[in-house]
Amino acid sequence: MLLAMIQTLFLLALAPLFTGLIRKFKAFFQGRQGPSVLQPYRDLTKLFHKDSVISKDASWLFTATPYICMTAVITAALMIPFFTTSSINFIGDIIVVVYLFGMMRFFMALAGLDAGSAFGGMGSSREMTISAMVEPTILLSIFTMALISGTTRLGEISFNLATTGLDLVPPALFLALAAFFISTLAENARVPVDNPATHLELTMIHEAMILEHSGKQLALMEWSSMTKLLLYLVIMANTFLPWGIATEVTPMALVIGILAVILKITLFSLAIAIIESSMAKMRLFRLPNLLTVSFSLSLLAVMSFYIL
Amino acid sequence: MDSNNLFYILLALALFGAPLAAALNNRPKISAAVAFGASAMASLVGLIIGADVLLNGPMRLDFPFSSPFGTFAFAVDGLSALFIIIISLVTFAVSIYSLGYVRHYYGKYPVGLMGSLFNIFYVSMIMVVSSSNAILFLIMWETMSLSSYFLVIFESREKGTVASGLFYLIMTHIGTAAITIGFILMYSESGSFEFSSFHGAALGMSDLLRSSVFALWLVGFGTKAGIIPFHTWLPMAHPAAPSNISSLMSAVMVKTAIYMLIRCYFGFLGVQDAWWGVIVLAVACVSALLGVMYALIESDIKRMLAFSTVENIGIILMALGVAMIFQSYGLKELAALALIAALMHVLSHALFKSLLFMGAGSVLYAAHTRNMEKLGGLAKRMPYTSLMFFIGVLSIAAIPPLTGFVSEWLIFQSMLQSFNIPDAIVKILIPVALGTLAITGALAAAAFLKAYGITFLARPRSEEAERAEEVPRTMLVGMGILSALCILAGVLSFMILPVMDDVTSPLVGVSIGEHLISGFLIVPTVGEFSQMSPLLIGVLLTSVFVGVLAITHLYGGRRKVVRADTWDCGTPLTSRTEYSGRGFSNPINRMFSWVYHPLRVFRSTSHISPYVKSDMRYTSTIEPVFERYFYEPMEVGVRWLARKVSVIQTGSIQTYLGYIFVVLILLLVVLR
Repeated sequence: MLLAMIQTLFLLALAPLFTGLIRKFKAFFQGRQGPSVLQPYRDLTKLFHKDSVISKDASWLFTATPYICMTAVITAALMIPFFTTSSINFIGDIIVVVYLFGMMRFFMALAGLDAGSAFGGMGSSREMTISAMVEPTILLSIFTMALISGTTRLGEISFNLATTGLDLVPPALFLALAAFFISTLAENARVPVDNPATHLELTMIHEAMILEHSGKQLALMEWSSMTKLLLYLVIMANTFLPWGIATEVTPMALVIGILAVILKITLFSLAIAIIESSMAKMRLFRLPNLLTVSFSLSLLAVMSFYIL
Repeated sequence: MDSNNLFYILLALALFGAPLAAALNNRPKISAAVAFGASAMASLVGLIIGADVLLNGPMRLDFPFSSPFGTFAFAVDGLSALFIIIISLVTFAVSIYSLGYVRHYYGKYPVGLMGSLFNIFYVSMIMVVSSSNAILFLIMWETMSLSSYFLVIFESREKGTVASGLFYLIMTHIGTAAITIGFILMYSESGSFEFSSFHGAALGMSDLLRSSVFALWLVGFGTKAGIIPFHTWLPMAHPAAPSNISSLMSAVMVKTAIYMLIRCYFGFLGVQDAWWGVIVLAVACVSALLGVMYALIESDIKRMLAFSTVENIGIILMALGVAMIFQSYGLKELAALALIAALMHVLSHALFKSLLFMGAGSVLYAAHTRNMEKLGGLAKRMPYTSLMFFIGVLSIAAIPPLTGFVSEWLIFQSMLQSFNIPDAIVKILIPVALGTLAITGALAAAAFLKAYGITFLARPRSEEAERAEEVPRTMLVGMGILSALCILAGVLSFMILPVMDDVTSPLVGVSIGEHLISGFLIVPTVGEFSQMSPLLIGVLLTSVFVGVLAITHLYGGRRKVVRADTWDCGTPLTSRTEYSGRGFSNPINRMFSWVYHPLRVFRSTSHISPYVKSDMRYTSTIEPVFERYFYEPMEVGVRWLARKVSVIQTGSIQTYLGYIFVVLILLLVVLR
C-alpha cells in the first residue's frame, strides 16, 4: 500500500521529465538545442498560477473533466507496478487499468464536445475512432502476457516473468510488444497518429479536444496526459520486459529496480523520439491500416499462445 | 405470508388494476393513477416473491383444474425468481415514471387502455418466467407478445407506427412457431408437455433430433431476444412504442428469451456438444459487433438504443455460449462463472437500458424529437435528466465501478479461462470472441459518447431543444431509482454475485460461491489468476478525486474563473457550427465502410457561375444489408410460393367443401 503510493508519487513527479526528455531527444535529431528537459515543469507551474476561462456553452461536465482525468490516471497508477512488483493491484487488474484509461478518454472526449466548437467535436470524434481499434489491441496484447504468466494482475505478471527468467519467453511476447508499442503511440497522441507539437491544424486530435481548457484545468489535463504516457511506457517495460524490477523489498533490489525501469523508459523515449523525427504524420484515413495491423498482431499473439 | 399467497396478491393487483383502468379510460388522470399504482404495487409484491424464493426455496402454485396437456402450474425456482426480481425492479421504476410520462397523451390517446395493457404485459412476463408447462408457457408467451404489440401501436396516428407493429407481430410469431415445433419435438420424446418431464427426455433423443430442437429454440427465442439476423424488429418497434413501453420491452421482455434459452439448454437439453456453444458464441459475436456498429451511426436516440440492445443481447449470449462450451467439456466451475457473468449482464443491461430509454423518453417529452441532430444543450435545461442519463451512459460504456463494467469484467475473465479447454480448434476461436468483445466495448463507448454529447452537451440545435424544460418529478423519481441501482449493483456486486451463484448451481451442477467472493473482492477462479473489487475501486476513485480537487485548489492560490464565449475564429458560433452526430460517427462509417456500404449523394445547383451555389443537398445513407439480402429474397420466395398455391384457390365454395371432404377422408384413412 505504502509502496504503491510512493510509486504513484514518483510517477506523477517523473511524468513531465520524460515528456521533456522526448522533446530534448527530438531537438537533438533535428539539430536544435531545444528547451531544457525541465521545461514541462515550468509550464505546469505557470498554468497552475493562471486564471481560467470557461465557455458559456459548456456544462458542469467540462469543468469536472480535468479533475476526473487526473483521478483516473492516479487510480490507474496505483495499480501499476513501477520499480517494485507490489502495487494495490489486488483491487483492480489490467482490465480495470485499461478501462480507467477508457474513462479518462471518455470524459476528455465529452469535454471536447461540450464547448460547442467544431475543433473540439472533431478531436473527440477522431479520438473515439482511433480508440475503437486501439483499446482492443491493448487488451489483447496484455491478455497474451496474462495468459503466459497465468494472471491478469499486473504486478504478478511482472513478478512471474521476472522470476522465471528468459527461457519462458515465447514468440507471442514480441508480437504483443509490437502491437502494444503501436497502441502506445496512438493512445498518447504521438506521430504517426497525431502530432503533439502542433496546435490549430486540421489534423490535430488530442490537442483539439483540450483546446478550450485553460489555467489550472489545462494544467491538470496536460499533467494527466503526460502521466498517461509514462504509465503506458511503464506498463510496456514491466509487462513485456520486466527483468530487473524489484521482486522483494530490499534496498539493493529497490535501487536496481529504479535504475532498471528508468533505463528502459529512457530507451523507449528514445525510440519514440526517433520515430517522431524520422516519420511523417499519417493521414487520418490511412490510420486504420496501421491500427488494423497492430490489432492483427495482438490477435495473433493471443492465438499463438493457444497454438504453441 | 408465504409466496403462494403473495402470488395471488400479485395477480389480483394487476388483474383488477387492468380492467379498472380501462373502465376509467375517459378520466385519464385517475385511470393512469389506478393503472400505474396497481402495477407499481404488483411489482413490489413480485420483488418480495423473488426474494422469498431465493431465501426460502422454490414455490409452486398448481391450477385448480386439470387440462388435457398435463398439470398447469406456476413454479418459481431460483432462475425464475431472479428474472422475476429483474422484471419487477424495472417495472416498478417504469410504473412511477409512467405516471408523469403519460401526461402528454391526455386527450390524445386512450391512457386508460395503455395502463390496462401495461398491467397485463407485466403479469404475462411474470407468468412466462414461472410457467411449468409448455402449453401454459406458450399461452403466456403469446399474451406477452400480443399485449406488447398493442402497446407498440399505441401512438397509432403517428406515421409508420402501425407498420412497425405489424412487422413486430409477424417476426414474433415466426419465433413462436419455431419454439412451438421445438416443444412438440420434446413432447414426442417425453410424452408430456410438463417442463419437469423434459429434463430426462433429452437423454433418449437422437443426436439429430436434439440438435434440431437446439436450433429451433435458438431461432425462436433468438427472434425475441433480437439476435442478428432476426433483430430487424427491434429498431422498428422500440422507437414506435411509447418510451415507457420500449423501456420495458428492451430491458426485460427480450430477457425472457434469455431466461428460456438458459432453462432450455442447461435444464432440458443438457449441454453435451461443444459445437452448440460455438454456434451460440458465433451468433453472439455477430450480433454484438454489428449491433453496436449500427447503433453508432444512428441519429435517432431510440433506434440507437434498440440497436444497442441487439449488441448487449450479443454480449449476454457470448457469455452463455462460453458457458455452454465449458459445460460440454465438463469444466463445470468455469461454466458456472460464465453463466454468472451472463446473468450479471442481464441484470446490468436491464437496469441501464430501461434507464436510458426513460431518459430518451424524457428528452422526447421535453423537446418533442428523437433526432439527436435537433437536440443539444439539454444538460443545462434538464440537469437531473441529463445527470441520470449520464449515469446510464457510464454504465453501458463499462466505466468502472458501475454495473456494466462488473459484468463485462466477468465475461472477459471467463473467456480468458478458455486455455483449460482440451480442444485446440475451440481454443483458437475464443480469442476471436475476446477481440470481438473488446472492439464491441470500445465502439459502445463511442456510440454512447455520441448519444450523450450530441443530445445533452454544447448548444441547442433547434427551437424545441432551446425551450426544453425539466420533466415532471414522477419521471425523475422513476429514473432516479434505476440510476441509483446502476451504481449500487456495480459497487455492491460482491453481494449480488453469491445470489447468482445460488441460481446457477442447480443448472450447472456446481457452486463456486465459496471462492467467488472473499470480503469485498471478486475472485473468478481459484488461485492467483485475478481479482477485483468494485467497491474499493469506487472508494479509491472518490478519495483520489477529493484529493485532486483539494490540491488543485490549494496549489497556485485561488484563481479567477471567467465565463466567456468559446473561441470562434472571429465568426460568431451558432448551432450550425457545432459538430453534428453524423459528423461525429463519420470517420467510423468510413473506416468500416465494408460493413455499412455507405451511400453519399451530393447535389448542388448553380445559376450564375459554377462557384456560386444557390442550393446544396447532401444525403448520406447506409445500405440496409439485412433487409436487402435476407428479408427481401425471403419475401420474394414467399410471394412466389403463394402465387403457386393460389392455383387451388378458385374462390368457389363448392371446391373448398370438396377439399375439406378429401382431407377428412385422408385423415380417417391415415390416422384410423
